[in-house]
Amino acid sequence: MRIQVKLFAMAREEVGSSELSLELPPGSTAQAMLEILCASYPRLKPLHKHLRIAVNREFVKPDWQLSEQDEVAVIPPVSGG
Amino acid sequence: MIAIVPDPINVLQVVESVIDPAAGAIDIFIGTSRNISHGKKVLYLEYEAYLPMATEFLDRIAATASERWGTRKISIVHRTGRVGLGESSVVVAVSAAHRREAFEACRYIIDTLKEDVPIWKKEHFEDGEVWAGREGSTITPE
Repeated sequence: MRIQVKLFAMAREEVGSSELSLELPPGSTAQAMLEILCASYPRLKPLHKHLRIAVNREFVKPDWQLSEQDEVAVIPPVSGG
Repeated sequence: MIAIVPDPINVLQVVESVIDPAAGAIDIFIGTSRNISHGKKVLYLEYEAYLPMATEFLDRIAATASERWGTRKISIVHRTGRVGLGESSVVVAVSAAHRREAFEACRYIIDTLKEDVPIWKKEHFEDGEVWAGREGSTITPE
């Protein structure tokens, strides 16, 4: 399945794009997506353990199963305020 | 008024938006950009937001505060883009029947915003730039 992934702040800068498309095995989890993303973009690796995943604008646990129409976003540590 | 805006925040307008005849108190929090961070001179800040998610989270935080403290009106306005020194990056205004509820709801809102709302701050120094991390720590990608 193909997933569109949004990237923000430091994750966006390390990847060099605010959105990309990833090919994943059907039923992949948020964690698997993140691992594939970090393997494809090694500059993300130092950030890996700090990244959270949001699906349809909600934070999800690592074992959350993604589906093709989901709005998926990589959320680095937030620092608003 | 819940908004994430690219332009300077009109603080008075945010405060006026929570005026309510049943309120006996308005509490305001204003986050302003400081000129020193980690001992270094800051030139300006830059904020980025995941707009739809951040707006939904702000709505939810306001709803939770309203329910928990029985406040009258709540406004939260956050800046994006370049924010100069001394400018307001965020303004929270809460009206309530009594000051205690207004203070507590206002503190809850800004504390929760800093923890969970997908907004990011980049500090620009004379010799570089860095994304701020959680609670004073900074994460510098290698």
